[in-house]
Amino acid sequence: MEPLAITDAAGAAYVTVASGAGVIFTGDNLTRLLSGLGTSVTVAGLALIVGIPLGIVLGALRILHNPFLRAILRLYLEFFRIVPTLVILFLSYYILPRELGVQVDGVTVAVVAFGLWVAAEISDIVRGALISVSDHQVDAGKALGMNGLQILWYVRIPQSVNLMVPATINLAARVIMTTSLLLLISVIDVITVGQQIMEANRMTHPDAAFWVYGFIFFLYFIICWPLAMIAKALEKRAKERNNG
Amino acid sequence: MSWEVIQRALPLFEKAFVLTLRLSAVSVVLATLLGLVLALLREYRVPVLAQISTVFQELFRNTPLLIQLFFLYYGLPSIGVKWSAETCAVVGMSILGAAYMCGAFEGGFTGIPRVQNESARALGLSPLQMIRHVTLPQGLTRSVPAVAANVIFMVKETSVFTVIAVPELTNTARDLIGMYYRSDEYLLMLVVAYAIILIPLSVILTLIERRVRRGTFGDN
Repeated sequence: MEPLAITDAAGAAYVTVASGAGVIFTGDNLTRLLSGLGTSVTVAGLALIVGIPLGIVLGALRILHNPFLRAILRLYLEFFRIVPTLVILFLSYYILPRELGVQVDGVTVAVVAFGLWVAAEISDIVRGALISVSDHQVDAGKALGMNGLQILWYVRIPQSVNLMVPATINLAARVIMTTSLLLLISVIDVITVGQQIMEANRMTHPDAAFWVYGFIFFLYFIICWPLAMIAKALEKRAKERNNG
Repeated sequence: MSWEVIQRALPLFEKAFVLTLRLSAVSVVLATLLGLVLALLREYRVPVLAQISTVFQELFRNTPLLIQLFFLYYGLPSIGVKWSAETCAVVGMSILGAAYMCGAFEGGFTGIPRVQNESARALGLSPLQMIRHVTLPQGLTRSVPAVAANVIFMVKETSVFTVIAVPELTNTARDLIGMYYRSDEYLLMLVVAYAIILIPLSVILTLIERRVRRGTFGDN
């Protein structure tokens, strides 16, 4: 396609790039896309900050022998295992403002929904890692006169934290990918910005959708892929070390 | 909460329920087959194809389904490829699922003791015979837990189809909420519908896992 000369509202003529790919780099489009991505990553970060401590506490509680507590926490986990994250986001979107009686913005809704989901997943990661510590280690702790909290702090956690870290990094990557759902509760994220750009260039660049969505696909990949690689490397190291 | 609202929406949810099941089933089957092929390509280090398999896996495991669907449904038509929302949904989910399934099978294959492959080669088995008599019988049973987890994941992930207006469960609930401004009833129905699919599914998968484990490693 030949480059087209377009006249904008102000009357100034400028030349556009032939392919829709150029749309991404026109004006401040790239900055806007990246700031949209910033919103997504911020939501993911906040959800992790809320969810990880809560999940650690829940996970530690799940190794206690209290059947009632165990059942409740298991139920909590199973709820998040069965209901799709998108549905949890909608539940939070409709229920949260009503229960709190105030207007709640989309970012808060998402942080609460994702935070609770992260807590459920982390609780399972923590529980799995804690019970992987061999019984004789725990017995040795008991023989030394340690109480439950001391065993947790000095015996179980130090020997299982190298299993928790890679799983948590993988989860972080999943949370970042899940922020793509934010556009469904009207948060201005990278995809919404992308759509605005396509809409603005619909006449001049009908193929913008291909390039803009392709570019966002690439953006998500360059954030999540390194996380996955780091997790894989740490997992391998943990396995080697635990096998002696 | 009104019973009447629920009753009136029931037929629509039934339709969506069936569609969700159908799309999930087709995608799971396609993803499992494609994932198995991709994993075998890597296991046998087939030149070029093994590398393509790796790229495929990394690319689709590390990007959200939503953007994959947007790309397929809105991006490709803008350069001339046109297809229906449902086809797009199944294709997108199968690609994503295959990337995950490939990982699950690979995990199973690496659990096979190396001596098994070496013995097979010493006996003069061809690669196809090795796949049929060594890799699959031992690798598949080991992959069952991870494959089961992926099946659950994929069924839940069908909720994302709503973004390309496939009338599955989540989309139906969203439409109804938008039309009648009642969220409680429809959200409840939505959660119940997913529970009806996923609770029995996860019970069945757990039973299969247990059976396979007993078959492979004996009673314990």
